[in-house]
Amino acid sequence: MKLKNDVPALDSTDLKILENLQEDSRQTYTAIGERLGIAHSTVYERIRRMEKYGIIKKYTAVIDVEKAGAKRIMAIMTVYTDPKESEKVAETLCRVPEILEVYTSLSEELLIIAKVIAESQEDLHDFIATSVAPLPGISRIRTSIITKKFKENPLRIFNEGKK
Amino acid sequence: MERKRFLKEEARLRILRTVSREKSFYFFTSIGNYTGESASSLKEFMDKINVVNAKSLEFHLYRGDFEKWIGEVLEDRKLAEEICELRGLNYSGETLRNKIYSIIAERHRQLSRSF
Repeated sequence: MKLKNDVPALDSTDLKILENLQEDSRQTYTAIGERLGIAHSTVYERIRRMEKYGIIKKYTAVIDVEKAGAKRIMAIMTVYTDPKESEKVAETLCRVPEILEVYTSLSEELLIIAKVIAESQEDLHDFIATSVAPLPGISRIRTSIITKKFKENPLRIFNEGKK
Repeated sequence: MERKRFLKEEARLRILRTVSREKSFYFFTSIGNYTGESASSLKEFMDKINVVNAKSLEFHLYRGDFEKWIGEVLEDRKLAEEICELRGLNYSGETLRNKIYSIIAERHRQLSRSF
């Protein structure tokens, strides 16, 4: 069975494999197979298929930036735009390395919400003043500097059978 | 003599010119909070001084943003110095708005007179 864009539908074994990889993507096919009670060759085939179809996009490391010694500040920027320009503004923001995440939101107005990183408050201000405010279609910007992180977890796929 | 007058006229026109979007002044009320108001020329800057939130005037004046933009982008050292002097007088709110406006309006009047 295939879903839209020719991506194959995932069964419960695929979901269990994904859940295992999200816990620890460095574990071997054998280890995953032993935990799930299936052959390592099955794990290998399924992971390869999910990589091929882009279900598994990449393997990465989750780094504690503070412990890594990088003194940086993070901020959430809310950008109010002319609705006609919002898509173009969002695409432009996506190309900027200082901006880590970009979302659009429809509340009372069309908003772009972006997570931005900078060396200092001064750098953050200069960046927004020189690289974001001048973009055509931006009507105003509200920025909240993050002072303390309480939780940050990536979205996980849970197997349907698991509650 | 003629050359000196030519250079003076050139400087006057440069100060009064309209600059690109990238070099415009963008009014913020605090770090990262853009008001939506910007100015691309001395005339527009003068007009925006009258309408932006007074908090924005305080924010930029005490950071030295006004004198920096006027001096480096518009290239009007004289006006930049006058704005810089205002910084030491600790004005705020509407009093600050009126002071900045009168300094810029006077300079704009001087520069426009030759037209």
